[in-house]
Amino acid sequence: MTALETDLLIIGAGPAGLSAALSAAQGGAAVLLADLGPGPGGQIWRGAKASDGGESGTLLRGVQRQPNITALYGAQVALSERGPQGGHAVQFSTPQGPRRVLAQKIILASGATERFLPFPGWTLPGVVGAGGLQAMVKSGLDVRGARVLVAGSGPLLLAVAAGMRAAGAEVVGVAEQASPTRLLGFGLAAQRGGKVGEAAKLLWALRGVPYWPATYPVEASGGERLTQVELGGLTRRTLECDWLAAGFGLVPDTRLAALFGCALEGGAVKVGAWQQTSQPGIYAAGELTGIGGVDKARLEGSMAGYTATGQVERLRDLPTQLEQARHFQASLSRSFALRPSLRTLPAAGTLICRCEDVPHAALQACPSWTEAKLQTRCGMGTCQGRVCGPAAETLYGWTFTGVRPPLLPLPLADLLGE
Amino acid sequence: MAEHAVVIGAGIVGAACAASLARLGHRVTVIEAGPVGGGATAAGMGHLVVMDDSPAQLALTSRSLELWAELAPRLPVAADYRTCGTLWVASDAEELAGILPKQAAYRTAGRAAGVLDAAELARIEPELRGGLCGGLRVPGDGVVYAPVAARFLLEHSGAALVRARVVNLAERKVRLDNGQTLAAEWVVVAGGAGASELLPDLPLRSRQGHLLITERGGPQVRHQLIELGYLKSAHASDADSVAFNVQPRPSGQLLIGSSRQFGRVSKEPDWPLLRRMLARAADYLPGLRRASALRIWTGQRSATPDHLPIIGPHPDRPGIYLALGHEGLGITAALGTAEVLAADLGGPASPLSAHDFGLRRFERQAVHA
Ligand SMILES: Cc1cc2nc3c(=O)[nH]c(=O)nc-3n(C[C@H](O)[C@H](O)[C@H](O)COP(=O)(O)OP(=O)(O)OC[C@H]3O[C@@H](n4cnc5c(N)ncnc54)[C@H](O)[C@@H]3O)c2cc1C
Ligand SMILES: Cc1cc2nc3c(=O)[nH]c(=O)nc-3n(C[C@H](O)[C@H](O)[C@H](O)COP(=O)(O)OP(=O)(O)OC[C@H]3O[C@@H](n4cnc5c(N)ncnc54)[C@H](O)[C@@H]3O)c2cc1C
Repeated sequence: MTALETDLLIIGAGPAGLSAALSAAQGGAAVLLADLGPGPGGQIWRGAKASDGGESGTLLRGVQRQPNITALYGAQVALSERGPQGGHAVQFSTPQGPRRVLAQKIILASGATERFLPFPGWTLPGVVGAGGLQAMVKSGLDVRGARVLVAGSGPLLLAVAAGMRAAGAEVVGVAEQASPTRLLGFGLAAQRGGKVGEAAKLLWALRGVPYWPATYPVEASGGERLTQVELGGLTRRTLECDWLAAGFGLVPDTRLAALFGCALEGGAVKVGAWQQTSQPGIYAAGELTGIGGVDKARLEGSMAGYTATGQVERLRDLPTQLEQARHFQASLSRSFALRPSLRTLPAAGTLICRCEDVPHAALQACPSWTEAKLQTRCGMGTCQGRVCGPAAETLYGWTFTGVRPPLLPLPLADLLGE
Repeated sequence: MAEHAVVIGAGIVGAACAASLARLGHRVTVIEAGPVGGGATAAGMGHLVVMDDSPAQLALTSRSLELWAELAPRLPVAADYRTCGTLWVASDAEELAGILPKQAAYRTAGRAAGVLDAAELARIEPELRGGLCGGLRVPGDGVVYAPVAARFLLEHSGAALVRARVVNLAERKVRLDNGQTLAAEWVVVAGGAGASELLPDLPLRSRQGHLLITERGGPQVRHQLIELGYLKSAHASDADSVAFNVQPRPSGQLLIGSSRQFGRVSKEPDWPLLRRMLARAADYLPGLRRASALRIWTGQRSATPDHLPIIGPHPDRPGIYLALGHEGLGITAALGTAEVLAADLGGPASPLSAHDFGLRRFERQAVHA
């Protein structure tokens, strides 16, 4: 296997990774930007093109114009080891086979995943993650005329509902578990954070769609696939629908950082003032250091891009801007804090880990994530707890740890380097 | 009146010892700093295997297999206990020559063992590469998923489980990191590699190993397969070594070992050594190249100078009983270890008492060396 050599490897080409690439390349460093998706953009700008208007187009054009940025798409990190001359050797799986990248420094920008909290019936076809349905529609799923119920928590629900409506679906309602007072708090913070325009646009797009605060899904039912959803909380009712798009907030996707041995804190990658992690030469930026949205991701990406390439003179007022963005992040997590009663949604037999068929009752008997893994095989499947890890953290108060290489199943021949 | 016994460590050895003590009528408290079965017990392969490097090892492992067979009907399904047998594979004339003495040794221990020629070997395990010389099939060997077995033993012993770390051992007393002190007639140290922190003078060294589990869909094998060169390559020296050792899981996955390495304690794999291990496995089982790696991990075996465990009262510290240093055989030997403990503490006699597992043996060995 031949190796690609670079000064800086950036993993993740969302807002954070793209900003990092641009900042780093300004100093002349050779940058390799890798993402498992077919192109740049990450979650929010999935499918974006350099010809687009707005922020994403400007950023993509900037990245494209830098001759010292090389992009590697369709590339998923499998494992990492020490490089032959120091630094890191990272192995990617790509549709063209394995690729090895030798890098002196690394910026991790792998974003967030959506937290899904299990309730009876959640494994029925038709029940999907909110962001998941959004991604499916962006990749071509036809939802025209389909009845979609959006439920869970967080600002993403509104974006998803608006997206479904724009794609021709009939959005039957949006159920938000947070209470109206907390939501008001968020509204005020958004106003201070200059997000009013965005919010107004979303609300306009969703005019006429019922919005139920302090309400959450209690049970999904149907035969072969979903036909109805029972809501509980403030608004109790049963609704007929074809899709339930549910999400209970975003959580940092720390599996990649854990593979690199970076220390975590409160479920996020721990970073210093310059975005450096606990591992020498490895930086982290964006959602994986704490959920804060696109602005925080961009600023952290720039910061990491500059500091990883020794361009501190270019930081200017970045630290101050970042502080403001993180303020917004704190109000976000306060407003959408999950209500304790959500922990009682699963029934004894409700599956928590779908890969290994582990029910709620088996996990309730365990004192920790590690012991649950050992005794019940929870999180031992291919995804390494991507879905059940964050759910278990919320349901049982555990800390999700113990990622092992490879991050995705890897043919032994590739591992052997044949 | 029931005497109080404390067991340090809820690995497979500590759990088996707790069960033994409870059967003797002791009131038992097990102290565990981490998850139940989460130490070496979680990292191990769970191969229940008779080994004949020394008479004591042969006695301990063969008696332990009898005890596993007695326990088996009571184990929960999730313990995945099966007697798939071991198939020792010979790749050259030298290894082939070792088969007959090995068979004879197994037979003296009452364990069935059948010699296979090259053609029979290829017939019962067709995924093995061509050109092998023959093998020894030991049908009574098996596998178990040890973390579940440890939890089962612990729960059925009725022992109390205290989740804390023992920070100090005094005469008939242990102090915990939560400030508590527990008094006990006996303190059984079954802390695996962690025991060295409490008793730094023990002759223990960590010997790291790697394991890899595949996704379903690799080659199908029936037995746990091990190369006979294992003895040459893995035990002989202190150098890093690898050997072909593959176990079929009930799920259709394969567990691939093994490597041995002193002086390295890290959760991060040693990639060059891991590749050597895999190349060796794929040499014997070419179809492995079609399989995909699902997970790779490392674990620590706690080894003594003569590769036998230390089982017995501490010669200088009254009230302390040692059950540790099992290296790569602690899952197998846990039940035999617990039987020796019972015999030493006034329980039923054990055939294993004829062998010397005590700490003092190292002083004697040093004198004779
Ligand atoms: C499902 C979902 C939907 C969202 N929808 C919206 C929305 O509509 N509007 C909005 O404002 N915000 C949305 N967000 C929030 C979003 O996280 C931020 O707005 C912003 O995209 C964060 O930027 P980032 O660069 O930190 O991460 P991301 O944009 O998530 O980028 C991370 C990138 O890393 C790549 N990656 C991850 N792991 C690996 C790996 N092992 N190997 C290679 N590449 C890897 C991913 O493919 C991804 O492209 C969504 C988040 C999620 C999880
Ligand atoms: C890669 C590998 C493969 C192996 N394969 C096999 C195999 O196929 N067959 C086989 O028979 N054996 C195998 N082994 C060996 C086997 O795993 C070990 O010998 C066995 O698990 C040891 O069990 P234990 O209970 O003594 O130790 P552990 O399982 O390590 O348990 C010790 C426990 O004590 C606790 N502890 C330590 N100190 C303290 C303290 N101060 N206070 C409180 N608690 C404490 C620890 O947290 C730990 O849980 C393998 C080992 C490795 C590493």
